[in-house]
Parts: sequence; C-alpha cells; structure tokens
Amino acid sequence: MPDVSLAALAAQVFTGLVLGMIYVLLAIGLSLIFGLMTVVNFSHGALYMLGAYVGFTLLRFTGSFATALVLAPLLVGLLGLFVERFLIRPLYGRRPDDPLLLTFGLSLVVVETARLIWGKIGLTLDPPRALAGAVNLGFTYFPTYRLFVIAVTALVLVGLWLFLEKTNVGLVIRAGSRDPLMVRALGFDVGRIWFLVFGIGAGLAGLAGILAGPMRGAYAEMGVTIIIESFVVVVVGGMGSLLGAVVSGLIIGQIVSLTTFFAPKLAEIVVFITMAIVLLLRPSGLFGEAGLLE
Amino acid sequence: MHRRTFVKTAAAAAATLGFPGVLRAQGAGPVRIGMPLPLTGPFAALAKDMQQGAVLGVDELNAKGGILGRKVEVLFRDDQLKPQVGAQRTQELIEKEQCQFIVGGLAAHVQMAINEQTKKAKILYVSTSQSDEISAKPDTSPITFHEALNPTITSRTVGKWIIENLGKRWWIVYADYAWGKQNNAVLNETNKKLGGTVLGSTPYPLGSAEFSAHLPKIQAAKPEVLVSVTPGADNIAFLKQAASFGMRSQMKIAQPLLWISYLKEGGPELYDGIYGGINWYWELQDTIPTARKFVEASMKKFNMPPGDYGAYSYSGVLEVARGAELAKSTDADKVADALRKNPQYDHFKGKQWWRACDNKSFQDMWIVKGRGPGKTKGEWGLADVIAKVPANEELDRTCAEKGHA
Amino acid sequence: MRAAVAWVGRHPVLCFFVVFAIFPWVVPYKSLATQVLIYGLFALGFNLLYGYTGLLSFGSAAYWGLGAYGTGIALAKLKVGSLWVALGMGLGAALLGGLVFGFFCLRRRGIYFAMLTLAFAQLLYFVGFHLADWTGGDDGLRGIAVPPLTLPGLAIPLERSVSFYYFTLLVVGLAVAALKRILDSPFGAVLQAIRENADRATACGYDISRIKHLSFVFYALFAGLAGGLDALRLTVVPIESLHWSTSGQVVIMTLLGGAGTFFGPFVGAAAFLVLEDSISVITESWPLVIGAVFMLFVLFLPRGIWGTLIGGLQRR
Repeated sequence: MPDVSLAALAAQVFTGLVLGMIYVLLAIGLSLIFGLMTVVNFSHGALYMLGAYVGFTLLRFTGSFATALVLAPLLVGLLGLFVERFLIRPLYGRRPDDPLLLTFGLSLVVVETARLIWGKIGLTLDPPRALAGAVNLGFTYFPTYRLFVIAVTALVLVGLWLFLEKTNVGLVIRAGSRDPLMVRALGFDVGRIWFLVFGIGAGLAGLAGILAGPMRGAYAEMGVTIIIESFVVVVVGGMGSLLGAVVSGLIIGQIVSLTTFFAPKLAEIVVFITMAIVLLLRPSGLFGEAGLLE
Repeated sequence: MHRRTFVKTAAAAAATLGFPGVLRAQGAGPVRIGMPLPLTGPFAALAKDMQQGAVLGVDELNAKGGILGRKVEVLFRDDQLKPQVGAQRTQELIEKEQCQFIVGGLAAHVQMAINEQTKKAKILYVSTSQSDEISAKPDTSPITFHEALNPTITSRTVGKWIIENLGKRWWIVYADYAWGKQNNAVLNETNKKLGGTVLGSTPYPLGSAEFSAHLPKIQAAKPEVLVSVTPGADNIAFLKQAASFGMRSQMKIAQPLLWISYLKEGGPELYDGIYGGINWYWELQDTIPTARKFVEASMKKFNMPPGDYGAYSYSGVLEVARGAELAKSTDADKVADALRKNPQYDHFKGKQWWRACDNKSFQDMWIVKGRGPGKTKGEWGLADVIAKVPANEELDRTCAEKGHA
Repeated sequence: MRAAVAWVGRHPVLCFFVVFAIFPWVVPYKSLATQVLIYGLFALGFNLLYGYTGLLSFGSAAYWGLGAYGTGIALAKLKVGSLWVALGMGLGAALLGGLVFGFFCLRRRGIYFAMLTLAFAQLLYFVGFHLADWTGGDDGLRGIAVPPLTLPGLAIPLERSVSFYYFTLLVVGLAVAALKRILDSPFGAVLQAIRENADRATACGYDISRIKHLSFVFYALFAGLAGGLDALRLTVVPIESLHWSTSGQVVIMTLLGGAGTFFGPFVGAAAFLVLEDSISVITESWPLVIGAVFMLFVLFLPRGIWGTLIGGLQRR
C-alpha cells in the first residue's frame, strides 16, 4: 500500500475521469447500436483505432488539430454508414449472432488494412502546442490535454443528449432502443434509423480514438483491448441503456484508475471481476431492461 | 468420376505421398535456414530489421560460395508473436521445408516454444530473443544457442552505469511479464549492491498504455533517475505521458535497452536525453572497421542502416554457416560441437564468443543517449554513443547458477 | 451421390477414421494434420454448445487451457509417468471448470452469458499468468516429456510425428464416437430443441437449465481433451492457450465448417489451418485474409462449407 496523500489520490481520480470519458464515448456507441439493432458491434475497437489513424493523416495534411478532431470522427462515421448499409443490413432476419460474427471478421480486416496503409510502426499523434504542458490544479499538476479531453467529451455528451431528447429523430431512436418492434409497428423506416445510429456510434468511436491517440500513442492493436473493456462497460451499464453507458463508463474508469493506484497487479482483471459481480447480482446490468435479450 | 477410377487414383496418390524418403534429399540442394519472427503485431518494425539482417547475412554467404558449396536460403515465417504459431511454423519449416537450421524468435515466450520443436527434431537453433531462461536448464540443450543479450547482462551493465553516472536514487517502472520482471529484479539487485536506493518499483500490465495512474506518485517521491523497463509501443506511450506530466525536467530517464526503430517512431523530441543500453548501433562503423561493410551493405540494399535486431539475425546466420563449415556437416550435434570448440568470432562489431557450458554469446554493448531535435544526423543518426561496456562473462549468471555443471 | 451422403450420415465415426487415416498424406506435412485433428476436436466441443444447443461462448480458451495445463503440469511438475493419467488430469481440470464456471455463466442468457464466459476465461488467464511457479507464467510451461503410449502389452514411443498422429487419431476418434452417442440420445434431441426455442422446450417439461449445464460440461471436456493433446504435441503450454484469441479461433473454425453439423468442426478446422499455413507463406496479412473470408461466409455461406455441401446435396 503506497502512502495515500490526498493530492496523489485526487490526481488519480482525475485520471480515472479521463479514462472514464473515453469509455463513455465508446460505450454509448455500442449501447445505441445494440439497443436499436440488437447488433453487437465487434468492430467498434477497430473504428476507434481508425479515428486515431485518420486523425494522424489529417493532422499531417492540414497541420490543424482542430480540423483533424472534427473531420476524423466524421470520416469514421461515414465508414460506419457504409458498413451498416452493405454489410449488416443484409443480415437482418437471419441468425441473431450473424452481425456479431460479421463485425468480428470486419475488425480483423480493418486492423490489417490499417497496417498495410499506414505501416507496421505505430503513429505519433501530437496535441497542439497550446494543449501541451500541465495545469496547476492546486493539489497537483495535471496535463492540459487531458483536461481538454474531459471538456470535449462533456460537450459532445451534452450535444448528444440534446439531440436525443429534443429532436424528433432523437425521440425515435430512444423509443427504438427501448422497443424496436413497436417502433417498426408504428410505421417508422427502421432502416434509415439504423443507418444513422450506426454512423453516430462509429463517429463516437472515431472521436474517442483521436482523443486518446495523443495520450497513449496510436498503433494498430489499440482497439483490441479497449473493445473488451468497452463491452464490459456496456454490459455493466445495461445493454441498450444510454444512461447506463455513461454511469458505468465513469464508474469503471474510476475503478481501473484506483485499482492501478492501490493494487496494480489486479488492474487487468478488475474490469472482469466487476462485470461478473454486477451480472450475477443484477442480471441486466445497472440500468438495463429485463427481457431485452437478457 | 467413376468410383473405381477414384479409388485407383487415390491409392496411387497415397502411395506416392506416403514415401517421404523419396522427397527428402540429403546432402544436396540448398542449405535452408528457417526464421520464425513476428512480422505482424506490435514488434513488426523490429522483425523487419531482423529480416533485413538475415538477408544481408545470406547474401554475404552466397557471394562466397554458400555453405559447404551449397547455396544458402533463408525462409521467413510469421510467428504472430504467439508461441503456438511460432511452434507450428517451426514444425512446418523443419518437416515440410526441410530446413537444416533455425535462427530467430524475437519474443521470449515464442522462442521457448520454437526451442521445444527444434530440440525434438534435433535441429540446431540460434535464438535472437532476449531471455534469461533460454540458456539455462531446463530449456537449454546442447543444440540451443543464444546470440542475443539477456536481462541479466543488460540490467547489470546499464544499472552499474546509471549508478556511476546519473544517480543513486531510482524509481523503476516495469512491464509485468517475464522480461520486465527479470530486468526489474536485476536492476534492484545491482542498485543495492552498489549502494543506491530504489524508492519504488511499479509493475504495469504489458500492452496497457495507461501510465498516468502511476506518474503523480513517482513525481512526489523525487527520484534522481526514472528507470523505464517498457518494451515496444509501451515505451513511446510511457515517455509521452512522463513528458506530459513534466517529469523530463525533474529527473533523468534511462532504460536497460533502447531500440532504434522506436527512436525513429517516437521522434527526437520524445527521446531527447533518454539513456539506454544497446547491442549495436550503426554509427559504430566510425570506430569498428568490420562494422563498416555491414552498414554499407545494408544501405546499399535497403537504404537504411542495420538496427539492433538486424545485427542479431545477421550474426546468427553467419555463425550457423561458420559452424557448418568447421564441422563439414549440417548435423546439429556436430555443428554445435564445432562452435564450442571454436567459440570466438567477429563478424561486425568486435570480438564475440560462445561460452561452453550454456552456448551463450558474449559480446560488447554500449550506452547511448537519444539526440534532441535539430541534433540528429540524417534519418537514422538518432543517438550519441556515450560509453562502451566490453563483453564480460561476469555480467551474466554463472554456469552453476543456470543449472549447468 | 445423395445415397453416398446419406451413408456417410449413418456411419460418421467410420468415415471419420477412414478419412483421417489417410489425411496426413494429403496435407503438406504431418504435424499440420495433427493440428487439424486437435483443433477439430476443440471445435467439436464448441459446436456442441453453439451449433446444437445455441449458446455462444466467448470463453472456450478456459477449458482448452485447463486441459492443456492440467496435462502439462501432471507431466512437467508432478512427474506423472503415464500418458493416460496425465490426459486424465487435464480432463479432470476441464471438468471442474465446466461444472463451476458453467453453473455461474448459465444463470444468464444471450450476450450476458457470452460476456460471463469471457470474464471467467480472462480470470483464468490472469491466474495462469501470475502463478508462474506452476504454469511458467508468460514464458509458458516447459519441461513436458511425453511418456510412451501404454496399451496392454505394448509401450509405443511417440517421438515421431507419424506415431503421435495416429495416437491423436485414436483419442480424437474415441471422442467423436462419444459425440455421436450423445447426439443420438434423447439428450441430444433436447439440446436441439433448446436451440430452436428454449421456452418451448421448458414448456414441454424439460429441465433445460440442467440440460444446458450438462451440454456445457461436455463442451468443456472436449475442449480440455483437445488442450491436453496439444500440450503433448508442442511439449509446451503457452499462456496464450488461455487468451481470448484462442476462443475467437474456435468460433471462426466452427462457422467456417458449419455450425450444427457433425463434421463441420473438422472441415472448418482443416480449412482454417491449411489456409493459414499456405497463406502465411505468401503474405503477412493473414488476419486480413481470414477476416475477409469469414465475413464472406457470414454473408453468403452461413451454413459453412460442410453445411452448404450437405444442404445442397440433400436438396437435389
């Protein structure tokens, strides 16, 4: 047990917050896609990686991090639209596990293609000068860029919330997450909504990637571990529940960060232990609906 | 197709294929060296370096007439950094491709699996992986040779240098797996022996790039030297995060090993002033004549100088050839004996030799320091050579400690 | 042709032995054939759980690993002298895992069940990684010496690739025969009823939770036996045996071959491994190839190679 100084602990909590934000971005996408389409998107990690890689190229070409930050998620979102329309839509009505299996294969293809295009060596993504350096928070110095990540994610979440709560499309999406059959029965063109939702989910994953890139480096395998952790976040929060994704993401970010502080050896599996405990006590996760593909 | 025809054809096919003796050509045809290496995965850059080094070795041999008058071929196989795949590829290289020698393996755990297959098939294996175990019982064998450095040697060497030149109060961050743990243990032992203090030793799961959880704690402890045992992509992530927390100006950073491929990937700003050990660096051609031809051959063929792992594979290939020539055979036991009876060699960086009890290669190593932005020379002039540490059997564990004798 | 297929369907075990007796001479080298048999067995177990019972598990590596480490530790650390005892210990470890983990995982369904199976497998991976004194940690378990095969009156050494292949064929063949028995029994019929409509099966009065558990245990046993055989084949047990990528591989193999068919797992394992072997020589981008192939199968050949073959023949 290391000496627990309040300052160090507080710094750890902030670190957990940053980690949690990345998880939230990924979990929301996964949860939206699952809730509406009952599709388990195994390629989410690969899309996250693409966000960082595409961002790297955009940064190289335009020299502007802001441009890369806006464009990369959009481009990844576009890819998401393509994937839904041509790869996942044909599987509608077939075995329930088919989209999961397809996206699993897709993740292999995307990662390997990225290696072919961008090379086997990882990429270095540097945040802009303005965001380099650390801010004095009083109790500790904290890297400015990480505070930026927290701010951007919070903004995006607010924007997303407004979209889902205040627009008609958002209403349909929320309803569809709860009860896809009913929404279809009411006559909505589900295909268009799926299209949009998958694109949004992919875009969020891409955003998470380009945000995380400058912190952790960008390399082809970066999506591989994070996708499992993201699934755990979604499952703990409850598949299909957006509030669950946010709460669970933040909580698990803290759990991982604090475990790294107090018991570093357990950091790898604390995520799974948490999931196992939650699933065994609350069958559908914290906020999930019972019966929704239990 | 008629059933009878099918049966006849199948029988004929089975009969032909069932006589491997016809297919196996002993004592004629090319000498084949199989090289399993992680062409895909996080160490792909190092594997590419290894590949190039091997090709240079083979070119050099064939220019002189090959091995025992036979052409030399090297066959590369991707082990995907996975032991099962490495083992399977090795079996394929031995059974299907009829390789007489195996050189390679980068990751320690993959190399163990490769070694199991070569031991069973009685094929000579030269490992180019950094592992303490491969030259010790129970893994080693009379036909297992270890060309690369290992954690004991690198951490004793670099540890001693750090105490003497950078500071005595350390904090160590290490990847929680065999290589990391071994380095950590040796660093701790070396530090203690030379009168230093290790303020803390932090493990982290290999491949997990989140270090920010540990850094505030380290900063608070104010070590003189931060020793980073972080391989591959983790190295870059770690240095980035340490820099973002402002630690570069607060303490010196050193590593048991620096890899040129990662110096390139991370860039001079990241590696500015980082110290580390290395087995080979191309700028050594300024002081070592045999290095010059190695570097020139590489520049000519690949437009880049050879790196640390390229050096290991080059040396491994040339040693296999030297042993075969001395033994006048490709038989594993005979070649192994020949190498043990004639242990000294110098292909490109000065004197190296095989220790008899454990087939371990002893070789010089150097301490280098990353050059900052503006100070690099061309694409690959990324480090300054600070010191040379000559080869010394005392830097490794003794034969007895490894279970021999 | 239809008659031939029907005949094969009635005598699967015999056909299995015939095909695999000559198999080593059809593939480029012997140990590839052994690998196909072993992974085929692994996929056979997974197929029982997924193809016949309808439960998708992401944690198959746990039981393969328990079998591999059980057998390996018996030989390397406990210095057990008998091949059968060592394999038996691997089976025992897998059985335990199947019983205990199965009990917990089966309390949930669907994606939650799948994630729980993954959680337990990751837990085992972590334990295996850190209990280095027993498992060798991330360097893998080494020091496995394969004892000779002891049959009444005989002791056959298994060093040569060919001998080891036929030993593996014997063991896997016995497992295949066992599977045939299982599937032909009323238990086998209920499994498929559960796959088609679990609620209906319950309504018919079956205790599906007990049956699912039993299916899970069989799945673990087949996987464990395969793992144990692989430990003998490689004389090393890498920690990756417990990694989720191992779980992912068996999913791909089963689907490639045809989930829910008897021979699908072996066809899938053969296709995957032979393809991997040939492609790896040509290009490093094997994951790209297998990923694309897999996607094509999901889209256009969902019944897998064998499933499509027999489906097509039956229709004509």
